Amino acid sequence: MPEATPNSMPHQLHTGAATFDAPVVVFKDVSITFDVKPVLQDLSFTVHPGETRIILGPAGCGKSVLMKLANGLMRPDSGSIHVFGQDVTRMRETDLYKLRSRIGMVFQESALFDSLSVEDNVAYRLHEEHVPEAEAHDRVLEALKFVELDQAIAKFPSELSGGMRRRVSIARAIITKPDLILYDSPTAGLDPITSTTIVELVIKQRDVTHTTSLLITHRLQDAFTLAMNRFNQSTGKMERIPNGGIDDSTKFLVLNEGKVVFDGTTMELVHTSDPWLKDYLG
Amino acid sequence: MSFVSPEIFAKQKVAAVQDYSVLALHAVTNLFSGPRYWADIITQMDSIGFGSLPIIVLTGFFTGCVLALQSATSLQEFGAVSMTGNLVSLSMVKELGPVLTGLMVSGRNASGMASELGSMKVTEQLDAMRALGTDPVRKLVTPRLYATIFMLFFLTILADAFGIAGGALVSVALLGLNGSSYFHNSYQALVYADVVQGLTKPLFFGFIIATVGCYFGMTTKGGTQGVGRSTTQAVVVSSVFIIIVDLLVTRSMIGIFGR
Repeated sequence: MPEATPNSMPHQLHTGAATFDAPVVVFKDVSITFDVKPVLQDLSFTVHPGETRIILGPAGCGKSVLMKLANGLMRPDSGSIHVFGQDVTRMRETDLYKLRSRIGMVFQESALFDSLSVEDNVAYRLHEEHVPEAEAHDRVLEALKFVELDQAIAKFPSELSGGMRRRVSIARAIITKPDLILYDSPTAGLDPITSTTIVELVIKQRDVTHTTSLLITHRLQDAFTLAMNRFNQSTGKMERIPNGGIDDSTKFLVLNEGKVVFDGTTMELVHTSDPWLKDYLG
Repeated sequence: MSFVSPEIFAKQKVAAVQDYSVLALHAVTNLFSGPRYWADIITQMDSIGFGSLPIIVLTGFFTGCVLALQSATSLQEFGAVSMTGNLVSLSMVKELGPVLTGLMVSGRNASGMASELGSMKVTEQLDAMRALGTDPVRKLVTPRLYATIFMLFFLTILADAFGIAGGALVSVALLGLNGSSYFHNSYQALVYADVVQGLTKPLFFGFIIATVGCYFGMTTKGGTQGVGRSTTQAVVVSSVFIIIVDLLVTRSMIGIFGR
């Protein structure tokens, strides 16, 4: 993967309505109900540029819904969601398509197009933007090398393992060097070794391009791996931050029954006095 | 199976009609603004049009054969077996060609559209497409709609032609009629209004097949079982719509042309 570029790094400089250092994602009093069941209730939080926000919570607490709301794939019943300074709850679908060109999303089950090859899946956005074929091929190879899957370029999704599909999905999300990446449970259903590989890719993306990201997980181990490790570009591997250090850009949001029960840094989470949170972390 | 109150049931049905109308409107109007997916339209034309060719040719041909056999039996009572060509051509061009083609293409393609789009829906591929900045209606529905309308028109012409040919084969080989006389009568029986009526219907039927198939596909819920349900519903609803719209178009055409 290339080094940070003007397109990927200082997204706050060319966001139109957004200004330098303006929050990338702002949820304010967001509520959504399915049938009669409230899924999210008065949810508020802010994600700043360069931040990696890990969203934790038990299954069914509304994490995936939150991710779809952030991308404008769903609309809340009340509240506002600003992404790059634009209120996605009030935007027309056609305007949302333009906004989404700046957002990469990794779906829980990868959501690769099963009738397209890995190359066509990863190059999907480039083909939509009519990027010349040779350039698209080079960029696909670059993205696949980043996820260490360049040998699978000609395969179809059905020929790949679950972990490989997630990696292709990550390559598809990052190929246009988005300013915001949404990872919806990228390690769900994977074995621990493959999960670590995926987490390493997320850390690599975080530390190489400093892209703002939201990551859902219900695996505490993955969350703390993200907070306590960094990517060493010289060795090309993930390593523990020395002296028990933690990554400043990684923060946590914990949900339970559609409500925010924690919003803060890793240290604040570890030293929480909230009984439910202690129990959950334990 | 869960039961819902009549009020909720009515609201669900009204919402479904509204969603279908919005989808159909967007599918039609998308062609008048960019981006347009011409390559997808061509691909769908090949899949829907060329792919349906064998069943349309066979259906048309054998329907023409049976029509000639059946009508000859009745016409014999009036000593008018020589009119078999008139009856076959009129029936095929005005009614059986368009309707049978519509029903066959509905069975083959409305189901295909519903299952393909339904599978994409339940595996979040439609959401992924939206997340990647592509409008699924523009990319998936509009090409299928225009491809179906365009190809159904020509498939109907082929079904008509093969039906008349099938009638000719039976008339000559089994009924002992003169081939030249059969084709002369077939040609003479048809007037402009008949051809217009026969070729207007596939435009409506193509619209129904594509919009109903895509609607059920894009609203699929409930995993693989839901895909199966959508596929069945798409074929049933589009077939019933075709029969109903056939009646309405026929009545309108008779009102306009007087026959």
